[in-house]
Amino acid sequence: MANLAAVVGVGQTKYTTKRQDVSIAGLVREAAVNALQDADLGWDDIDAVILGKAPDMFEGVIMPEVYLTDALGCNGKPMIRVHTAGSVGGSTAIVAASHVQSGTFRRVLTVSFEKQSESNAMWALSNPQPFSTHLNAGAGGYFAPIIREYIRRSNAPKDVGIKVAVKDRLHGARNPLAHLQKPDITMQEVEESFMLWDPIRFLEACPSSDGACAMVIANEELADKAAKQPAWIRGVAMRSEPTTFAGRDEVNPQAGRDCAADVYKQAGITDPRKDLDCAEVYVPFSWYEPMWLENLGFAPIGEGWKLTMEGATSLDEGGDIPWNCSGGVLSSNAIGASGMIRFAEAARQVRGDAGDHQVEGAKLALGHAYGGGAQFFAMWVVGSEKP
Amino acid sequence: MSEEQEVVTVVKSPIYLKYNFTAGAAPARFLAQLKKGKLTGQRRAEPGAPVYSPPRGSCPASGRPTEQEVELSDKATVQSFTIVYIPIPGNAIEPPFVVANLVADGANISFIHLMSECDNADVHIGQRVQAIWKPEEEWDYSMDNIRYFKPIDEPDVPVEKIGKLSVTGQED
Repeated sequence: MANLAAVVGVGQTKYTTKRQDVSIAGLVREAAVNALQDADLGWDDIDAVILGKAPDMFEGVIMPEVYLTDALGCNGKPMIRVHTAGSVGGSTAIVAASHVQSGTFRRVLTVSFEKQSESNAMWALSNPQPFSTHLNAGAGGYFAPIIREYIRRSNAPKDVGIKVAVKDRLHGARNPLAHLQKPDITMQEVEESFMLWDPIRFLEACPSSDGACAMVIANEELADKAAKQPAWIRGVAMRSEPTTFAGRDEVNPQAGRDCAADVYKQAGITDPRKDLDCAEVYVPFSWYEPMWLENLGFAPIGEGWKLTMEGATSLDEGGDIPWNCSGGVLSSNAIGASGMIRFAEAARQVRGDAGDHQVEGAKLALGHAYGGGAQFFAMWVVGSEKP
Repeated sequence: MSEEQEVVTVVKSPIYLKYNFTAGAAPARFLAQLKKGKLTGQRRAEPGAPVYSPPRGSCPASGRPTEQEVELSDKATVQSFTIVYIPIPGNAIEPPFVVANLVADGANISFIHLMSECDNADVHIGQRVQAIWKPEEEWDYSMDNIRYFKPIDEPDVPVEKIGKLSVTGQED
């Protein structure tokens, strides 16, 4: 049996296009210092640091964890690096939690980041290989045909993606850390934004952001003495599947379904829409909200878009299961950090510490991340009550 | 210094990496056949095993080797697609262009290629297409031997049968 662990500190940077005032080291340190302050702790209180980011070729800094030890106050302490593409922020949080749940460490700092202004993620993902034509237009070009297939299967109306794009930016306008601040965004503005990879429009895609996210995770004894309300980790799960195999369901990947079933079982969740108070789910392209509503069991197959259109996932419309109250990946995308931001924002909700995007009385929240060709999944459920 | 100059805070210094691509056994055979103008795939040596193209030497679902080589047709079906409105650096093709996930007849997995000689608005899931090859003297160990796929006058394939056609274009 795993020991109990809880999030006792959360720290983030403001997400923005270019953080020219800091290096990568300065960026991660800022998030780490914020998390330690939130936890009312110092560097000496940390036993190990668990770091995650998206592939090294993005910024061209290979094994950045080695040079970031100074900035993260862990000279002479264990430093562990996690790699799972876009889901890495979530996986990193889980690896950090596991090192506490196993009893290996009493209290760890976990950090993830991306400095997109110093990188070119889109083309770093599109290196040519002779057995395929070089047409890969980054992540959007990869996911657009999968979205098209979802629209065909579900017969969803054309404006579902537009609605999500508006909803998440309105959520983001409540969150001062969110990169995009668009409190006046309209359906028409999204619809008229230019097409990138049909059916994905510019405003239906995530921005490119610089930023870092950090958390302090502690064991039961230390969490009981924490300065603020802890977010108790009620379940963690990771699953993966190959990018391609014959008969693979790319719209509704099995690894995502299996991962959700595992984490729900650990947390005692039988009906996610009813049992959870809110969710932070990795939605980098707007249509992924209805797709993941189905994959994660919030709606029957083919009906995820109905929840979106009814306003069930909207804080502003008083929905019963708000998704991405922080503004989500559609409002801030510091790639390596994006998964951890979902996990950290779920923790903020159950700690009652989410400011203007707080879901009133939130007790149980889901954090979710996916990466690669929608093949790596990481999820956790956090709660205000000790299990 | 007589005039104020803006402070330089950022310089761009792209890194170019040249590398040799070592194909490995399965892609080497695939590329050698491509040089002869043939599309091939591989499957596990057992009845009904799925055909992968381009082959990478093992079946990703089972992890077992794909020992049997299978010749494919250069006719294919559109499984899905996107219309790209932004240019690809280093590629002369002008947006908007159609990038499609295509399943060649005889294969059970899609690959990505360009569609051309078509009205972008008419491209649809289930559409039949065929490869337009470069002139034979330009053939190399490369998927770029095929310039693009163009629509052909054959009936659409029902969605549930996409990825399940034999090399003759008929249902298995």
